[in-house]
Formats: sequence, structure tokens, C-alpha cells
Amino acid sequence: MSAVAAWPLLELTVALPLAASLLAVAAGRLAAILLYAMAPVMIALAGLLCLAVGREGVLETAIGGWRAPLGIALGADGLSAVFVATAALILSAVGLFAQRDFHVEPQESGRSYTFWPLFYAMWAALNAIFVGRDLFNFYVALELLTLTAVAMVAYGGTAAALRYLMFALMGSLAYLAGVGLIYASAATLDFERLHLVLEADRTVMLGTALMTAGLLAKAALFPLHAWLLPAHGNAPAAASALLSALVVKAAFFIIVRIWFDMMPEAQTPWLTNTLGLLGIAAALYGSLLAMRQSRLKLIIAYSTVAQIGYLFFVFPLANGSAFALPWSAGAWSGVMFHAVSHAFAKAALFLAAGLVIEALGHDRIADMKGIARALPITWLAFGLAAVSLMSLPPSGGFMAKYLILTSALAGGHVVYALVMIVGGLLAAVYLFRPLNAALAGTGAPAIAPVPRYRQAIPLALALVAIAIGLASSLPYEFLQIGLPEGAEGSGE
Amino acid sequence: MMFSGAILYALCGAALIGIGVYGFITRAHLLRRILAFNVIGSGVFLLIGALGHRTPGAEADPVPHALIITGIVVALSLTALAVALVLRHVADTGRAVLPEEETEEAV
Repeated sequence: MSAVAAWPLLELTVALPLAASLLAVAAGRLAAILLYAMAPVMIALAGLLCLAVGREGVLETAIGGWRAPLGIALGADGLSAVFVATAALILSAVGLFAQRDFHVEPQESGRSYTFWPLFYAMWAALNAIFVGRDLFNFYVALELLTLTAVAMVAYGGTAAALRYLMFALMGSLAYLAGVGLIYASAATLDFERLHLVLEADRTVMLGTALMTAGLLAKAALFPLHAWLLPAHGNAPAAASALLSALVVKAAFFIIVRIWFDMMPEAQTPWLTNTLGLLGIAAALYGSLLAMRQSRLKLIIAYSTVAQIGYLFFVFPLANGSAFALPWSAGAWSGVMFHAVSHAFAKAALFLAAGLVIEALGHDRIADMKGIARALPITWLAFGLAAVSLMSLPPSGGFMAKYLILTSALAGGHVVYALVMIVGGLLAAVYLFRPLNAALAGTGAPAIAPVPRYRQAIPLALALVAIAIGLASSLPYEFLQIGLPEGAEGSGE
Repeated sequence: MMFSGAILYALCGAALIGIGVYGFITRAHLLRRILAFNVIGSGVFLLIGALGHRTPGAEADPVPHALIITGIVVALSLTALAVALVLRHVADTGRAVLPEEETEEAV
């Protein structure tokens, strides 16, 4: 074992933000400044984790030396490392952006004190999910994530937070009941053991179905997306960005873990087609409704509904091991590419929208003529992120869609390929509308001044979304490390 | 004996889940929904506990107990958050229902 892999990297990815969450409570007025220490450390940690996984392959650790049946196992494969790194970059950027909104300067409020403990607890929960190896740890981390996300949404209004919470409550109970059934059947909760002992009998399938249904509610897959739109409507920009970019992806991540790592052989055509069809419905419904919205934030929120749909294409396109096909790996990597590039692009869009609201006091598209001349950097970020969402080359979104599309065509899934293409066109339609309004006319509206460094943050995120496409071979190979055998390619 | 205690507990848990889900879906009042959530939660915990008792005569499996305790803590925190949000919602709007779900019964 090399020096890097010997460090307690996996433990620290969870423990550090958790400690920061407590520290942020104690720090009071200074809580916001904690980010300047945490962001570099967490990014470095994520970098080291990627390095270690790249060198050593799959990392595993048993906390306190207690092995799996008794203790809690953490592990990281390529997918974990990519998501931990994505979370580190996005949370750092959003935290930097939130400095002004949630600091005692320039204006002190309850938010200045409550936001930061939530922010770091969310970070810890996300990382706990990304390096989780145990069904019950996923439950605990997911609930911590829900608590923080609901509380952040509550900044924008209690009705939206309560609606989100109602979905989350039912989701969490469904997941817990599923865990109980799986444990009753297999007498273990550890993934690797479950993978060995699980038989897809009726109890296990019922348990997995319950867990999946609960997670779908938290991932906001159509038709369980109803909470997502009010939650985004009035929430602060930072909360919206985290919700769309990371929180819903975490639930998707667990679904992938369950169906690809835990029981790939149980992926029946019925299951893959159902999830795939829900994905299609989400992609079309979200895109069509995004075209009809008159508020910028709602366009972006409906776009999230649509983009989450594409994630679930992984089920029909990269079948479980019993159906493993040469192009499965392409579909799998493509969907993960999509998850990551969408996270960066969507965070950039929401932060840009937040700056527009800050400058204008509203986000009605009809009343933002020429705003791009007043906020050029913000709209450059918006445009670049839009390029990735429309999947135009050379963005990360393009690479993702290219991989998914080729594997869909290779596998004869013409419908999915068509939906990808139509969805890309619809994305262009609904994103060109605000861009068109922003560039319209000749004058620039009067705005409240927005500091340039804040405009640079969404720009940086959007540039990452583009860069993922330019340097796509590295993450592509990286995602294959420890690839669940269900999605492994059997040669090109 | 065919009808062991564990099965009775499991069936009772299943019944609680059913009652809770019915209440959660049919009632718009937010406090009732939170109560329904807790009824379902109790049912799930009872079910998990009973499932740890599968082999008659053998010692009970301790892992489900750990799951239940953790689950209770989580349910408690979620309930606390939910109640706090409902109180705030009532203070802001004077109503304990979500805007689109106002019915005679709930107002």
C-alpha cells in the first residue's frame, strides 16, 4: 500500500465536514470564514482520494478496525472518487458565493448563523453517501442530507419546505422498511456480502422495490418531482444550486449502488424498462414545461426535472450482468458524465440566476431586457452552462450525450436515442429564451451593483462543465475503476 | 405453534403501516400527517424488530434493535423539524395545510 492510500482519507472525507458543522455552531459570527480553511482542505482531500483510487484501485477501510459484519465499512471506487471531487468543487464554489448572503456582514440575520452548520452537515452527508458501503449507513446519511436540504429550502418559504419534507418522510420510511426486509432475508447490510448472498426472491425484490421507490421520491424523478419546483422557486441561490446539483444526485447514486453493485443480476427487463420510461417521461415533461415558464429560476428547475430523467437511462442502456453487452460500459460512463457535468452546469445556472435576482430584484424573463449588458460575466457563465446542458460540443454534456447516444443506438434502443436528441433541442429552446431576453434591445437596465468576484464563481463552474468535455478521457478511464461488474464492457 | 409472537408483532406492524399510510394520504392537515408518519414509523420499527426473531427459540438478532434505535432517533429529528416548520407555517399563514390542499376539514 502506498503512502497516500495509507492515510485515513475515507474517514476524513466524512469526519472533517462533520467537525466543521459543529465548529460552525460554536464559531457564531465567524462561521462563514471557516470556508477559507475548509474549501482548500476538502479539495485537497478529494484530490488525494482520486490519486489513491487511480493508483491503488478500489479503496476500502473498516472504521476502528471493525470489519464488515459488525463495523462500518467505507470504500471508494472510481465513481465514489469522482462524486467526492465534484461535491468538493461545487460546495466550495457555492460556499464562496454564499459568503455574502450568509455572513454577519453586510447584514446580520438568523441565516448568518444557521446556514453554515447546515452547509457542512450537508457536505458530510453527501460524502458519507459517496463512500458508503452499507445500506443502513446510506439511510442515516440520506436522512441527514434531507434534514439539511429541507432546512435550506425553508429559507425560501415554509410551504415549499413542508411539501419537500412530506415527500422525504414517506421516502425515508419506504427506504427503511426496505432495509428491514433485506436484512431479514440476508442477515447483513454490507454491500459486498449482500452481493454474494442475496437471492432475488420475493422478500428481497419487495425490499429493493421499497428502497428504490423511496429514493425516487428523493431524486425527484417524474412523477415524484412535485416538491422540486416550489423548493427551487424561492430558495436562496446557494440552496437551489446545492439541491439541483448534488442533493438529488445523491439519491440517484444510492439507486445505482443498489442495482449495479448489490444485485445486478436482479435487473429484470421489467425494472429497467420502467425506470427508463419514467426517465423518458421526465425528460419530455420537464423540457416542455421549462419552455412555458416565465421565471428564470423555474426554467432552470424544470430543466433539472428533465435532466434527472436522462440519469435513469442507465438502467435500460447498461443492463445488469446477466445482459452485459459491449456498449453497456459506454452507457454507464455516459450517464455518470452527465450527472457530473449537469451538476457543474446547473450549479452555475442557479448561481447566475441568483445574481440576476440580486441585481434586478426579480427573475421575470419579460422584464430583463438587455440585462446581459449590465452583467456580462454572469451571462457568459449562463451561456457556457447552457452550452453544456444543450450538449453542444465540446462540453461535458456533449461527451455524456455522445456516449449515451452511441450505446443506445448500438443496443437498438432507438426510442431513448430519439428522446436524447429531442431533449437536447428542447433544452436549446428553453435556454435560448432567457438568453434572448438578456441580449435583447440596445440599452442596459439599471441594476444594483454586483461585485465581479461573485460573477466569476458561476463562470468558473460553467468552465469546469465545459472542460470536462475537453479533457474527457481522464474521467472516462477513472470512472471505470471498480466498475460494477454489471456494467463492465466485454471488449469493444 | 404456527402463530408465534413474532408473527403477531409483524402483522401488527403491517397493520400500523397500513393505517398510517391511509392517514397520510387522506388527511391534509399537516399535524395529522406528521402523526401518520409516526404511526407508519412505529409500524416499520415493529416489523423490523419482529423480523429479527425469525428462528423460534433462538436468541433475538441484536442488529435490528440497533436499526430501530437509530431509526427512532432519525424519526424524532424529522418530526421535530416538521413540527417546527408547521408552527412557522401556521404563524405565517394562519393555516396548517399546504396551499393547494385546502379543504373544509383541514382549515
